[in-house]
Amino acid sequence: MQTSSNTAPIDLSVQEVSKHYTNFTAVNRLSLDVPKGSFFSILGPSGCGKTTLLRMIAGFITPDEGDIVIGGKSMRNVAPNRRPVNMVFQHLALFPMMSVGENVGYGLARRGLTKGEISKKADAMLERVGLPGIAGKRIDQLSGGQKQRVAIARSLVLEPTLLLLDEPLGALDLKLREHMKLELKQLQNEVGTTFVYITHDQSEALVMSDRVAVMNKGQFEQVGTPQELYYHPKTAFVAGFVGNSNRLEGVLTNAAEGKTASGLTLALTPTQPASSGATSMFIRPETIALSRQETEIASFANRLPCKVETLFFDGANSTVQVKEVATGTQLHVALPHTGQHSDLVPGETVFIGIRAEHVQAFQG
Amino acid sequence: MNTLTPKRLTLYLLLAPAILWLLLLIILPHVGMGMISFRERIGPGEFAGSLKQYRTFFEEPLYWNTFVRTAVMSLIATIMALVMAFPVAWTIAKVAKGRLKALMLAATLLPFWASELVRTLGWLILLRGSGVIPQFLAFIGVTDQPVELLYHDATILVGLIYSSLLFMLVPLINALETLDDSLIEAAYDLGGNRLNILRKIIIPHAAPGIAAGSIMVFMLTLGNYLTPVVLGGKSSMWFTEQIYTQFITRFNWEQGAAFAFLLLGLSSVLVWLGLKITGQRFADAMRRT
Ligand SMILES: Nc1ncnc2c1ncn2[C@@H]1O[C@H](COP(=O)(O)OP(=O)(O)OP(=O)(O)O)[C@@H](O)[C@H]1O
Ligand SMILES: [Mg+2]
Repeated sequence: MQTSSNTAPIDLSVQEVSKHYTNFTAVNRLSLDVPKGSFFSILGPSGCGKTTLLRMIAGFITPDEGDIVIGGKSMRNVAPNRRPVNMVFQHLALFPMMSVGENVGYGLARRGLTKGEISKKADAMLERVGLPGIAGKRIDQLSGGQKQRVAIARSLVLEPTLLLLDEPLGALDLKLREHMKLELKQLQNEVGTTFVYITHDQSEALVMSDRVAVMNKGQFEQVGTPQELYYHPKTAFVAGFVGNSNRLEGVLTNAAEGKTASGLTLALTPTQPASSGATSMFIRPETIALSRQETEIASFANRLPCKVETLFFDGANSTVQVKEVATGTQLHVALPHTGQHSDLVPGETVFIGIRAEHVQAFQG
Repeated sequence: MNTLTPKRLTLYLLLAPAILWLLLLIILPHVGMGMISFRERIGPGEFAGSLKQYRTFFEEPLYWNTFVRTAVMSLIATIMALVMAFPVAWTIAKVAKGRLKALMLAATLLPFWASELVRTLGWLILLRGSGVIPQFLAFIGVTDQPVELLYHDATILVGLIYSSLLFMLVPLINALETLDDSLIEAAYDLGGNRLNILRKIIIPHAAPGIAAGSIMVFMLTLGNYLTPVVLGGKSSMWFTEQIYTQFITRFNWEQGAAFAFLLLGLSSVLVWLGLKITGQRFADAMRRT
């Protein structure tokens, strides 16, 4: 991992941790540092080992190799109920046999607080997550979003060094998820607890996190700020997984030029180290300029005449699929938010321009 | 007139055995028994309504002593069955996986392929003075000579628990299987220890299953005749024995019917009390069986 200039103490340090199952490695010599008070996300496709990693941090799984240090103390042989860590489970795991107040107070009661203190703290925490006065309700009387907040309150009320969240928004519908994303981020800002958040949804990771680790096959591909991952992906996997991209397979003809399998030649960001051979080239739809006049794209390194194939209208995320005239290469191009070009019709000829720095090529 | 469609006919035919069974074997005998219990023989073939049979029960200490003893022993057997079945049910429901689980389930069911009589007689072979266990205890020097292990209260309890354990196990396994493991993990994560998780999470979740199993075991034990008689001998003092004696030996049907009704009342009251105390609902418990 790169050393950051951040001077905040490290709350969580995962050191060369591995977990092997019978002829399968779920987490492979993985290291990671999370500074105090930050929102750290682990983003990866299903089955890449995210939950396994999180459960090792929580203490439910023992790593085969490596060490986990939380708040400066090694967690080797420390049981989950003795770690300064709390977890929000993938399916929340609220206790249906208890009221909301009892759920939030469960951990406090285990610490031997009096009834009065427990209900005071639980009420204050429920208010903080925007649910004042519902301590007496049963769990099955809550909506999905309310359950979500109760689950977070139940963990946060214990003031853990570290809060682990395993895809907690996965079960919510889209609208509510968008809303909870912002709310979670805000809550984290207010309480200042270090969050380690797992998700396979890149938008969740980008919106909420200070730093994101992109995970694939038990290892981190890249760790960085959302902007770094989005604008400067280091591997083909990150470029493909974070944000939308046109992915074109081909070969490098020299360090600054590639040729797709369909025969299209593209000027691109010089690859480092300069080399040749098979390559994957990525172009984000929103970096492609589109015009009906060829003169408007004269300044672009790549200028391609295309035919409009299909329009995908989706409000601000509208795109158009075009086909390069000479080679038949298909590309997705984002439409300007101003509504310009919303009158394109299939079959029409347009010109697209792509800057060399917006074509990112990765070996392999 | 209602036309009898094939579908309807099938339904009636399918329900007929159940309804007949209920009517002929449960309701009719009980109505008859109730009528018999409230009469008194005043001359050859002459009867008059009276409460004498019930009065006799309360005036004769032997009867109600037996009655109370049966209830208490049944209660003990139920509690012990619960305590013994719980770890087994937990292991089968939560710990064992795949083949081992199937094997363990089969092992608990296997003894029930033999008839209850044969199983109870099996205890005789093990426990009687010249039986396997007393001989072995004498052989290894725990006792000077083989001791009679039959005809003790403890022996009766062992037999009662053994014959009813399965009826505790099945609802418990069902109840525990539906418990989401992540609830236990969450409780552990929040600082709970084993004992607390058992009390606050597992038992409340399994409560309907516990109630169902306990009701079954209690009723089976209370109404058991064979086990107390075979393992307890003459001194077993089980209430069903009194009923048997009145009906068959004394040919005093009036008294026997009154006893039968008292036993029915006892089991109903105790089951109701048990549900009240634990805050369970009968319908919930019955769904778990
Ligand atoms: N007990 C186990 N035995 C064998 N393999 C396991 C075990 N637990 C997990 N795995 C495997 O390890 C891999 C990682 O699992 P993990 O649950 O960490 O994935 P994940 O990244 O959380 O996925 P998702 O997003 O679907 O939750 C998976 O391929 C899974 O099949
Ligand atoms: Mg997972």
